[in-house]
Amino acid sequence: MRRRLTASLALPVAAALLLSGCSNSNSSSGGGGNAAPSVADGSVSIFGSQPENGLVPANTNEQGGAKIIDNIFTGLVTLNSDTSESEMANAESITTTDAQNYDIKLKPGWKFTDGTAITAKSYVDAWNWGAYAPNGALNGPFFAEVEGYSDLNPPAATKGGTPPTPTVKEMSGVKVVSDTEFTVKLTQPYSPWMQKLAYHVFDPMPASFYADPKAFGRNPVGDGPFKFVSWQDNASIVLTRNDDYSGAAKPTIKDVTVKLYQNSDAAYADLQTGNLDFMDTLPTSALAGDKYKADLSGRDLSKPAPIVDTITVPLYDPAYQSADLRHAISMAVDRDSITKVIFSGARAPSTAYSSPVVAGYKAGTCGEFCTYDPAKAKALFDKAGGFKGTLTLSYNADGDHKAWTEAACNNISQALGVPCTATPVPTFADFRKGINQKAETGMFRSGWAYDFPNLENGLSPLYSTGASSNDSGYSNPAFDKALLDAAAKTDPAAANAGFVDAEKLLVQDMPAIPLWSRTLISGYSEKVGNAKVTAQGELDLLQVTTSS
Amino acid sequence: MGRYVVRRLLQMIPAFLGTTLLIYVLVFAVPGDPLAGKCGDRPCPPAFVAKFTAEYNLNDNVLVQYVKYIGNLLQGNFGVNFSGRSVSDIILGSYPVTVKLALVALTFEIVFGLTAGVLTGLGRKGFVDNLVLVGTLVLIALPVFVTAYLLQLYLGIKWGIFSATVSTKAPLQELIMPGFVLASLSLAYATRITRTSIVENSRADYVRTAKAKGLPQRRIVGVHLLRNSLIPVVTFFGTDLGALMAGAIVTEGIFNINGIGRETYRAIVTKDGATVTGIVVVLVLVYLVANLLVDLLYAVLDPRIRYE
Repeated sequence: MRRRLTASLALPVAAALLLSGCSNSNSSSGGGGNAAPSVADGSVSIFGSQPENGLVPANTNEQGGAKIIDNIFTGLVTLNSDTSESEMANAESITTTDAQNYDIKLKPGWKFTDGTAITAKSYVDAWNWGAYAPNGALNGPFFAEVEGYSDLNPPAATKGGTPPTPTVKEMSGVKVVSDTEFTVKLTQPYSPWMQKLAYHVFDPMPASFYADPKAFGRNPVGDGPFKFVSWQDNASIVLTRNDDYSGAAKPTIKDVTVKLYQNSDAAYADLQTGNLDFMDTLPTSALAGDKYKADLSGRDLSKPAPIVDTITVPLYDPAYQSADLRHAISMAVDRDSITKVIFSGARAPSTAYSSPVVAGYKAGTCGEFCTYDPAKAKALFDKAGGFKGTLTLSYNADGDHKAWTEAACNNISQALGVPCTATPVPTFADFRKGINQKAETGMFRSGWAYDFPNLENGLSPLYSTGASSNDSGYSNPAFDKALLDAAAKTDPAAANAGFVDAEKLLVQDMPAIPLWSRTLISGYSEKVGNAKVTAQGELDLLQVTTSS
Repeated sequence: MGRYVVRRLLQMIPAFLGTTLLIYVLVFAVPGDPLAGKCGDRPCPPAFVAKFTAEYNLNDNVLVQYVKYIGNLLQGNFGVNFSGRSVSDIILGSYPVTVKLALVALTFEIVFGLTAGVLTGLGRKGFVDNLVLVGTLVLIALPVFVTAYLLQLYLGIKWGIFSATVSTKAPLQELIMPGFVLASLSLAYATRITRTSIVENSRADYVRTAKAKGLPQRRIVGVHLLRNSLIPVVTFFGTDLGALMAGAIVTEGIFNINGIGRETYRAIVTKDGATVTGIVVVLVLVYLVANLLVDLLYAVLDPRIRYE
């Protein structure tokens, strides 16, 4: 009897488990595609990844979130897709006579998608919120040039300690003049600021944001060409056209589904079968041997991106003090072969520190020091007195860096006759931790994606004394001064020339070795027409069309 | 029997606490800093670091953090991950998909593994036997990602028989290919275990007796032979259900399935202790319940086993 009871208990439970699993799947079957938008209503699906934080401009510094924010928010200026120059968007005019005091006038009649008007206050409040330390905004430091930023960010008494609560909540440099006008005073002249304003951290925020920033981040209200509809974690974010958009260019398509992938190979499989319409960066597996050209039969785009790769040298390590040694290492790397063989053309060898897509870029500033010349490299190396022990080049193993770091090390040890090993660090987080703490003992790979396409952004955050991303510990007063002088020039051409001069100083010292700049290779489906890539490297949704 | 089940259920409590403590401590023993990679190529702003550290109790020692965590857990609160998403939402959103995938895989194992095992066990040394032996050997030898990419490329992209990736709702027909991939390794083992077990038991006394009594072949195999031979197989399936759910990381990544494997991988990489522990907590429960069910099934299958 007892045995029978067991049977009647156990079997139905097991069966119920199986059945419920199956019936669930049946009820949700049918359809097939991921809410696949039909061609007729002009919709596209694009590649994306799960945003790390809520969709708040001040809190978004990674691709996944930025892709959405750039389409649902429009700020004062936008960047031209082709020239990277800033163009007025919500701003009627931005004027300055000294590159330090800016007068900003807004176009009237602009509205957020919740119907509230955009006024000067929408900007001023948003900026103050982003800069105020206790809000802990990830992008807070972008306001650092504004006068009064330091009052909102008092330093901690001890390194790593808790900073005190600031006594003021508003930056003294930003003042509302009227509903459509406000003024900004910077701590010192800074001409790249006009382009910097295109970064989404300077976007206006509606009043509803301040009540509950967390809830807002899950259901953002913007003023851009598209309106946020829904966000299903790890699956999709849906946007739809904002028919009340006040900007000049309006999208022709209606719906955009951003499909969130964790694995770009899976996305590429979807792109090939037409389940996905656009992918901004094709995976390495598709680039190898130009496989994508056959797979996509010509539906690919390539566009230089404002991203550069370098090898950073730890100047805080006594072994790397000689500039001749650093020049020798640089001249020992065969950039042409590596970009051709390993990257299949998705990288272009650098001849300068800056990215070629940035306005005012001057090719060749690096001169012979970025040219492969093993004989000369060896001579310089001997002049520097050689190197004791083994050169190391570390990289994060969770990225695609093994092949090229090993190739570069091979070049170096062949040309200089010194052993060089490429050493992996398991994750990007560990890798950055070592670098941030200045604990790296050898050379390490580094990359820089421009926050905004201005020469200054590729130089001062990386190489000026004590800057936030100065990983090498480089410090040269002449270089710092050259940057400040250039930033004080209101004429963009003069400013750019000044930045190029600063760059030449950098070449002499070479705290980091320029390698190559990236080229984005994107692909699109048969359904997409007029595919173009924006300055941020994403599909230009204002210009794209769909065939139906 | 009832008392046995209660005792087993009570035993789950210390097992549960022990595993969660272990996982929690292990996650925090992994070197690295959740804040190091969060801000890309630059250190995080100090204001952000201060807020983040306070919000997630990162300054407490591990045991204090664990006690705070388990205290919340007992009230049904799984906490929030480093992106501010509630972990229970993550679990509720991704477990059903993975369970579905694991059940598809288990169905493959049961249907194909058992059938092939019984066929080869009964007709040894024949052509089918050799075919199945070689076939299972190939499946065991191939790493899962190779099987997965091959099937995705040919069945999904080139011939278009199945969808190459799985959409959000994960309908059954899209799970067939990934389910097979996930099952492939265990399928081979299940076949071999069944085969061996059948071979062994077909020489047993009770089978000989049944034959001598003149019972029809179908009854001998179906009722007498199979039931006893299933014990090792059921044991295997029971633990395998848990293994399938935990082992879905590769399969889910390749087929873009929005399940627990993807979440676990992400959480491990970002050192998101709350999420890893939350996911494992549920996984531990699945293991415990599956094992209990397997033990109860023994009594059904073999009349000699009783629980008091």
